Formats: sequence, C-alpha cells, structure tokens
Amino acid sequence: MAAHRSCRPVWLFILCSFSLFIIAGSQETTVAPEQHASVLDNPQTAAETAEQTAGESGGVEERRWEGTEVRDAAAQKQAEPAVLQPTPQPKDDFQEELVVRPLHSGDIYASFQFRTLWETDFMRGNKVSHYRLFPKSLGQVISKFSVRELHISFTQGYWRTMQWGQPYLPSPPGAELWVWFQDSVTDVDATWKELTNVLSGIFCASLNFIDSTNTVQPSASFKPLGIGNVTDHRFLRYATLPREIVCTENLTPWKKLLPCGSKVTVFVSLFISQKDTFGIHLCVNAASFSFCVLMYSCCSLQAGLAVLLKSEKLFHSSFHSQAVHIRPVCQDWQCKTTSWELRQTLNVVFDLHNSGQGKREWSLFKMFSRTLTEACPLASSSKIYIDITDNPEGEQFELSPATSLLSQAMVLGDRRTFSVYDLTQQDTFGSVRSLNLLIRWKSTEGDMLRPLLHAERYVAGYGLQTGEIHTLMYNHHPYRSFPVLQLDSVPWYLRLYIHTLTVTSKGKDNKPSYIHYQPSKDRVRPHLLEMLVQLPPNSVTEVTVQFERALLKWTEYTPDPNHGFYVGSSVISSLVPSTVAMDTNSTRERPLFSSFFPCKEESSYFVRVYTEPLLVNLPTPDFSMPYNVICLTCTVVAVGYGSLYNLLTRSFQIEEPSPGLAKRIANVIRKMRGVPPL
Amino acid sequence: MGLLSDPNRRRALINLLTRLNAPICVVCYMAGVAWFMGLAFEPFTLRTYMSENAMGSTMVEERFPSGERAVATGREFAAHKKKVSGMPVEWLVKTMQARGLEVYTQRFSRTLPFPDENKERYMVKGTNVYGILRAPRAPRTEALVLSAPCTPGDNNNQAVGLLLGLAQYFRNQIYWAKDIIFLVNDHDLIGMQAWLEGYHHTNTTGMDWSPLQGRGGSIQAALSLELSSDVVTSMDLVLEGLNGQLPNLDLANLFYAFCQKIGVLCTIQGKLQRNDWDSVSGYSHAVQTMMLMVMKQASGRPWGDHGLFLRYHIEAATIKGINSFRQYKTDATTIGRLLEGMYRKLNNLLERLHQSYFFYLMPSLSHFVSIGYYMPAFGLLAVILLLRALDLWVQLATPPPTTEDGIADIEQSSPGVLSVLTPLVISHLTGAALYMLPIRFQEMAVEHFPVSETEAVVLTAIAVYTAGLALPHNTHRLLSGEGTEQGWRVLKLVALLYLAVLLGCTALINFSLGFILALTLVPGAAFVTPHVPKVLSAFVLVILSPACTLLFSVFFFQELQEMPVSFLDGWLLYLSVISQGILDHFLYGSLVYPLIALLVYPCWLLFWNILFWK
Repeated sequence: MAAHRSCRPVWLFILCSFSLFIIAGSQETTVAPEQHASVLDNPQTAAETAEQTAGESGGVEERRWEGTEVRDAAAQKQAEPAVLQPTPQPKDDFQEELVVRPLHSGDIYASFQFRTLWETDFMRGNKVSHYRLFPKSLGQVISKFSVRELHISFTQGYWRTMQWGQPYLPSPPGAELWVWFQDSVTDVDATWKELTNVLSGIFCASLNFIDSTNTVQPSASFKPLGIGNVTDHRFLRYATLPREIVCTENLTPWKKLLPCGSKVTVFVSLFISQKDTFGIHLCVNAASFSFCVLMYSCCSLQAGLAVLLKSEKLFHSSFHSQAVHIRPVCQDWQCKTTSWELRQTLNVVFDLHNSGQGKREWSLFKMFSRTLTEACPLASSSKIYIDITDNPEGEQFELSPATSLLSQAMVLGDRRTFSVYDLTQQDTFGSVRSLNLLIRWKSTEGDMLRPLLHAERYVAGYGLQTGEIHTLMYNHHPYRSFPVLQLDSVPWYLRLYIHTLTVTSKGKDNKPSYIHYQPSKDRVRPHLLEMLVQLPPNSVTEVTVQFERALLKWTEYTPDPNHGFYVGSSVISSLVPSTVAMDTNSTRERPLFSSFFPCKEESSYFVRVYTEPLLVNLPTPDFSMPYNVICLTCTVVAVGYGSLYNLLTRSFQIEEPSPGLAKRIANVIRKMRGVPPL
Repeated sequence: MGLLSDPNRRRALINLLTRLNAPICVVCYMAGVAWFMGLAFEPFTLRTYMSENAMGSTMVEERFPSGERAVATGREFAAHKKKVSGMPVEWLVKTMQARGLEVYTQRFSRTLPFPDENKERYMVKGTNVYGILRAPRAPRTEALVLSAPCTPGDNNNQAVGLLLGLAQYFRNQIYWAKDIIFLVNDHDLIGMQAWLEGYHHTNTTGMDWSPLQGRGGSIQAALSLELSSDVVTSMDLVLEGLNGQLPNLDLANLFYAFCQKIGVLCTIQGKLQRNDWDSVSGYSHAVQTMMLMVMKQASGRPWGDHGLFLRYHIEAATIKGINSFRQYKTDATTIGRLLEGMYRKLNNLLERLHQSYFFYLMPSLSHFVSIGYYMPAFGLLAVILLLRALDLWVQLATPPPTTEDGIADIEQSSPGVLSVLTPLVISHLTGAALYMLPIRFQEMAVEHFPVSETEAVVLTAIAVYTAGLALPHNTHRLLSGEGTEQGWRVLKLVALLYLAVLLGCTALINFSLGFILALTLVPGAAFVTPHVPKVLSAFVLVILSPACTLLFSVFFFQELQEMPVSFLDGWLLYLSVISQGILDHFLYGSLVYPLIALLVYPCWLLFWNILFWK
C-alpha cells in the first residue's frame, strides 16, 4: 500500500527538483504536477472512510485510533520516478502525527505522536545488531534488561482537567517510570536499579534517584498495555519523581530517538531558519548549488513534524510532557508474529494570555516558530489532525487553510471530528510550499468544563506534627456510578495512620471493595495504598488519611529542607462511562437495530487521572547555625547538668589537710611497731 | 560551680544573697527597665539586612503600567458594592474570569458569641471570592497570596482595584513559578479566618464555611493590601499578628528594600524614620515606635488581615496606604510596581522564608532588636522572682529559733500543704469563673439589667474580677484555722515560682506581653507579705493587677498614638477593649484572654491572699 520512501529516493527527488530549478531559473514553477490528484477533490471518499473509522473502536486501555487511509489513492497515482523504484520491504515502519485541539479556555493543545514498529525479537539468543528506524540505545536496553514493557514520562506542569478536559496521554508532574519485566528475570530489584541508572543516562534525567524508598509494585493499577497476559505484579516496578524538573536537556535526547529528529551539526542549526523561511529558492538564486546541497543534506535529517520541536517554544507553554512507551504488539490480526512498538509522545499546551497579546489566534508559526514544508521521508504516514468537533459550523473558530478531508474517531468516550492534513501530499503545502495552519477564534467564552472524572488532593491541618491527606474524586456523571482504582504511594517519612482512613461520598461512609495496603519501612520502602472505590453518580468522594511527620536524621535532609518534601501524585484509573453512551439521541444517526443494547466498547473508556503532588513541610532543625546549636547544647549539658547532678548527689565533708612528710614517716614507723597512727 | 560545691563558699554566697536580697532585687528591676529603654537607642540596635539569598538584590524590573486603570476598576467596584450593598460577588467573579484567572467562591457564616459593637455585627454571612493565577509549568505545589478586604463604606475600593489590575498584569507574564491567589475577603478578619480554615480544612473556632474548590498547594507568603485613596503619601507596614506572632524579618526587609528602590515613603507603626538618633527627640521617636510595637504585640490580636496567616506558618504582612497632608504623593502605578517587585522576589524563593529572625522588635524600619538583645531585659525582671524564692527557701529551710525539737516542726508544717492547696484551688476556680461566666450569663444579665449584650459580658467580667478580691475571706472560712507564719511563706514560695514559670513561658511566645506583665506583677509579687501596712499595700497591689495594667495600657497606647483621650473616653475604650479581647478569643483563637483569666489572674490572687493572711 504505502510507498515507504526511504532516504535514497528522496535524494533523487531532491536532485531532480534542483535540476528543474536551475533550468527554470528564477521562474517559480510548481514541482507537483497534476498527477497529485488528491482526495480533496473527492469528498465522497472522505466521507466513506470517515464512517469506516467511526465504526472501528480501539481497545479500552491505550486507545489507538486509526486515521483515514487517504494516502492510498494519491500514492498510487504518484508518478515520480523515484517512488517507482522497487524498495525491499522493510520490517520496520515509522508514523508521525500531530493532533491540535483548540481548548475552551482559548488555549491550544498540541499532541505529537511518533510510532516506530519493528518486527523483531529482542529476547532471542542471537543479538540484534542491525538497527534502522528503531533507536539502538533503547533496543539494547530492552534486550539487556529483559524488558517487556517500558513507560517513561517527563512532565513539567500540571494538566488542568477542569479547563482542558482529558489529555490523550495522562502523566503526573515530574518523572514517572513503570516497567514490566519478562518473567525470566530472576532478580527484579537489581535489574530495576540498573535499568533506572541506564535510563538516567539516556534521558539526562535524575532517574538514578529511584531506589527502594520510592518504588512500589502496584497490584492492580498498572496492567500491561501490550500483548501477553502475565499479570504477576512481582515483575512490575513503578516509581515517580515529583521533584524532577524537565527542561531542554531532557528534550534533546528524546528528540534524538526519532528517525527524523536530530540535528547533525551546529552549522545546520545556524542556517536552519534561513532554510525554512526562504527555502531552496534562496539557494538557487544565490547560485551556490553545492552549498545548497550540503545544507540540505544536513537539514534533511530533521524533517517532518520533528521540525516543530523547538525547545524555546515548547518550554514557553503552560504544560509540557514528553514520554516514551515501548510495548510488544501484534503484527496482524491473527497475532502470529509480534513486533515492538516504540511510541514517543509529546504534549504541549500553549497559553492564550502569555503569547496571545490579546489576539485570539494561533498558527503553527506562532506556536512553534516554524512552518511545515515536508513530511519526514522515512515516515509511512505523516498527518496533522485538528479537532473541530466543537466547531461544526465554524462559529467557534476559523481554520485556514481549509481542508475537506475529515476523519472521525472515538477519543476518550467521545466521537470527535478532525480535519486532516496529510503531509505526504504535496497539495497540503499549497503553492507557497509551506503549511502554516491558522486558527482564529471568533467567540470569547471560556467556561469551566465538567469532565466526568476529576480529582484533586491537598494536605489539611497546620503545625509540624500531624496532618491529613485529603483526596477528592468527582464523578460528574448525572446517573451512572463507576468504580475507580486509587493508587497512593506515600514516602515513609509521612507515617500514615491507616486506621484513620475514611472514604465518604455524599456524607455517607463508602466502603472500598478492595484495599491493598503495604505499610512502609523506615528508610526502606514507601507506603502503598490501592483501593477500589465506587463513585456514586454526581458526587464527590473524599478519601482522608492522617499522618505524622517523622523527624529525619540530620544527614537525610535535602539541601533545601525548608522547601518541603514531595509526595507523588496519586493515580486514579477508571473505566468511565462514555459521553456517547450518555447521549440518548444517539439513535438518531444510526440504524435502529444497532442501538438497543449498549455496545461494550463504546459504553466506557479508560481514563487515568493524576492528582497534584503534595509539598509537605517536615520539622526541620535550624541548619543555618549548627555551630551555635552544638556549642549551646554541649555547654548546657556539660556545665549545667553535670554540676547540678554533682551538687545533688555528692555529700560534702570538710577534709583534713593532708599530713606533712614527717608525720607520714612517723605513721609508717608506728604501723610497723603495731601502734595506732597519729 | 566550684563556688557552690564548696560548702563554706556556698554558705557565704547564700548569706550574701539573703542579706542583700532587697537591694539586689531593686537593682535588677531598674537594670531591666533601663535595658529595655536602651533597646531603642540606635547604636545598640542592628541594621536590617536581607538574609535570604534568593531575594538578595532588588534587581527585578518593575513594569506595571496600569495604575490609572486599576483606580478606575476600583471605582467600578465601589459602584457595584454600593448597588448590592455588600460584596459584589457576581461582578468580581466575572471580572476575575475576564482576567484569565480560575475563580472560586466560598460562603461562610458565623454567629458571634455576643454582638460586636465596634463593627456592628452579630450574625455574619458572607462570601469570599478568589481567583488563582496558575503558574505555567508549575505542579500546583506552591502559592503566594495577595488579598484585599472588602470593607463596608467607601474604604478599600482602590485596594481591590489595584488587586484586579495586578492580576491582569501578572497573568500575561511567563515567569511565575508559584501560583498566585488573588483573594477578596468579605467581613475582613472573619472572612479571612473562614478562607484559611477552608484552605487548610481545619476548624478551630466553630465557623460554618463551604469547602474550597480550588487550591494552589502550600502557601509560601501572603500580603494583604489596604488602600483607600487614589494617591498616597506613604506606605505603612503592619507586622503584628495573632498572639503576637510576627512574620519573618525578611518580609519587612523586602518591603523596605523596594520602598527605597522605588522611592516610596515607608513607615512602620505610622512613624517615619528619623536620622537624628543622637538627639533626645530622635531617641524618643524611636522609643515611641518600639513601644507601639510592644503594645500591639502584647494585645495578641491580629492588626491586619495578614495576622491569621501566621498560625499556618505562612509569612504575611499588611501593607497600608496612608494619605496625609504631605505634599509628596505616590500614585497607584508606583504602588503596583512596589507590589510587583515584591511578588517577583517572593516568586524567586526556593524555600520558605526562614533565614532571618522570627522574634524581633523594630524601633524603625531599618533597625531591629533581635531576641538575643531584648531577652536580658525580661531576664533581669524574672530573676527577681527567683531571688525572692531563694530567700524564702532559705528561711524555710533554717529551723525557726523558737522551737528546737523536730516534732514541733512537723506539726507546724503539716497544715501548710492544705493552706497552700486551698487558695490555689479557689483562685483558679475564680479564674475559671472569669473565663466562663461572662458569655454564659449574658442573657440572664440582659434580662435583669438595662444593658446590651456586649455591656453585659464586659460588666460581668469586671464583676467576677472584683468579686475575686473577696477571696481571702472565703479561703479563711474554708480553712477554719489560723494561717501560720510557715503557711504564707510556703504559699508565697509556690506563687513566686508559679509566676516565674508563667511569665517565662509567656515571654518566650510573646515577649511584649510577658514583659508588660512582668513589669507590673513582679514588684507586687516580690514585696508582698502579711506584715506590710494593709491599706496602702492593698491599693498598690490593685493598681498593679492585670486589669489595671490593661487600663493603663489603653491610656498609654492612646498617648503613643498621639491621640490622648479623656478619662471617660478612656474608660469606654477600656470596656470595648475587653469585649474585643473576648471576641478575638472566640473568633480567631487569640490566647490572651484565657491566659489572663485562667492563669495570670489566679496567680495574682495568690499574692492578694498572702496580703490578707491571718
């Protein structure tokens, strides 16, 4: 089906186009000929495929939704000589996509997903040594540590569910790592320790701070997302570092894992803006062809959506989250062969107020200070989706350039409609050869949302001795109750009084149907509390547990003890009834026979909600003057107490002055004589 | 210590201490007072300096431009306030939302134990409105608070306007690392109490409030803004909080540093700083400033909305704009820039403010007296009690010359236990009555006497207090025996040690209160015996009792504020101060009223008892 364009054809294509340019001189000719008949002209096909997608629905856990296969027709008709050259069918495949969701608040949510599939087996005896699209560093990690699944995320900021709705891929503030090991691993703890240290190096993060005091083995909350049904949680390790600060130094290694993501030389980065703004015309006009080729050859390694990943813009945002997920998946529907899936995701929310300067409009250039000029040559699919569900008639915002290519998908229990831009099509880039999507808001309302499931957490009480952790879970569904799994991992220095655990909803006691509690051991392991709680419809469920703040040893305090100590987010996983099932008028669009019994896949969807981490102050000695403290204590103890004790216990007598030398000699003589001494 | 372990020298020392006891006590008292007065002398005090490195320099750019618009917003707020005659909740919610904040409200209600006549309120119902500016890429763990009270009448509209203006300006900045909460609290301190209790989910005073929906993690610092005019001449810093708690000195330093940088006149206790410390008037100015701080701190009440934050270990201060007849005026833009600078510095904090002092007195904004300097003044007063106790101990330990056999001694001292215990218990019962009865009996008092509830409470308190003076007669009726010479000595020994511990603990928590109580209670406690002239000493003892101390403090405070009052006005003020003190206890948990009623007053009664020992 898809023409997997590898590097070589691209070279040929580029050279061809260069020659064309030289012939044409400064005259602007369009390289893309009429052969690029696109689906844009054929709305019927688009509608058909959209319906087809709507019928499909992904799994409950990681909902993967298929884009419309609009490429086929176009790709077949493509008449460029480069594509016609036969290429060996590779066993790996790379897809990239960007989803842009305009949010109610006027902010904008951009979610990148890069997916590399590789049909190989790392666990076999012979070592895998030839890597093509799959990053070698991760492949080696998988085979060395017998990893079955690996999920790592770095997040800066907190996802505001009440304003932004649910994210496509939730993640807690800071770093989160959870790994399923193969059941062939004998010493899981040692492997885990080594793995975290290796990952720490790969991602330039402080993952080496993961040790037994912040690692837990959840019994129910984190199930494998890939194939395989081993659910013995002895092979699972979960840890979060809520304090981890994510910055460009974490983004760069993450970008390097992409096939089209890394810059090769500093030289390129110097010219990168020129390349983008002026394109190749500049080069031709400058008549320095060889220079152009050199420049282009370097730049071509960064192409496709990865062009947009500029750190100074990605970190000028309200929320930034990057993640890597590795899991085994089925190659085909019969699941005869498995392949490894590497999914790299990056989620960013741009703030209207910080960068809008009052104007409510967004463009790719404004968000990323780049526009798109081509797809990644290595990608089999490269698309941009714009969520236009809330904007069916264009009354909320205006989207330009317009596309008639639509796609529908079930996302988070809701049927969403997307405008699709296929970057593998030259038409997408239009006559200016660059795609700069523009969203201009028309309305100015920004209400709070009421997501069906929402949670928050805080520390109650004052003083430095005790406290209480409150977790509030909101079920905003009008008539359905649903169960949630709550996972809390609390460091040992907050001594949880588990007998004070209360779960109340609507003023009544709500007994959890499942509780898994593992008490902490000082300096060894944290508390682990997992509960299955039923949330009644339209209610707030409050979980409270009291704790005592431990006094640490003086070497155990961090360098900034008065900042406080972090407690990681609690994780709430649930199957939430979907809004589609909630819609009573759904029968309107569908045939009657299809809608009497609720379809299981559509009736609920999986959601994971992370609460905010907590910052708790522990009783802290005054480190600023240890010298004074030591001096004072020692003085008080030695002088004050010692002497007082002496005075109280000793009985005093007036001592005879010691006898002189003559008297002593006389006494010795008297003793020898047997006479009593003087 | 070698001095004490040698029995000869020990005896000599004790002889010296007992023989010269009275002169030493007098000298100590004088030295204590002199030391205290010396604290305000500038060469003896330290200059303030910024201890927190994260706030080290004032090198931030203040760019807040829209003071005029903020004042206009304030006018709009005033109009809406007038229209709904109270908190314009809807307007505030809408305005804050338009500025890009997450807005929440909190309803609360509180019935006071008795009507507050100063503020004319009894059943209080209100709504707090607050908007949270979410810091970009911050995980909601830390927050700063800027609050402005919504007061009835024409006050404080500009403060709310400036708060909204700052919110709008802050919202467009990218550099925030902590969430900033903009709070407009209804019914000043009661609203603030409700909000803080809601935020921390505690309930210490039995108030009804609706739970908060949005939070920003642990609050690092808070400022409360009071501004009632479009332009001001100076900004005043108020530090004294509940129970005499003070914020970290770095917060005051921060304010001072930015006032210096921006060129705003800044005051503390409403007093400008003077440079002529070596002149008499300069020195007395410093003394006045410091004494005002001491009086305010001793009162134990929050002197601004910030006062309630301190309980939650949140460093907070109130900034008041003062408009006097001075020529030089500062506009709202400059005040906005001052606040912007302070918030940007607080935003830079990596840890809570902890580097600088928590216990200090300020004779001026640029100078402070640390705990190490002022504690000796109190120590000199407290040591008098210990010296007198030592004297009594020695007197009790040496067998009286009249009886020589041990049996007589035992017989003499055995009623001592009872004679000590009975007055102790009775005086504490009186104290408990003073604490409980005024609130309990207000309804009955209103029924039988032509007074209002507030008057009833205050007059009942005074009546119970006066009735306690009849204690000696009651005690003796209970004892049904003659008090012995040994008896009063033991009682006085116990009372002296009790007072010493009591004052010591008080001074550690609230130095000013401890010092003022020591200043008046110690002389009476030191020299009272049954053998001094009754009438004169009774008069002196009453003058030095806690209630009269309060009365003098009221007059003295008015004098310090340069608003002297006539005796009758002073008396009315005194009555209202008592009622405010009781209200502070029940509304905000101030500890001064129970401390006086349950501990200090019974202790004083013990000495009263000794005077009338038979």
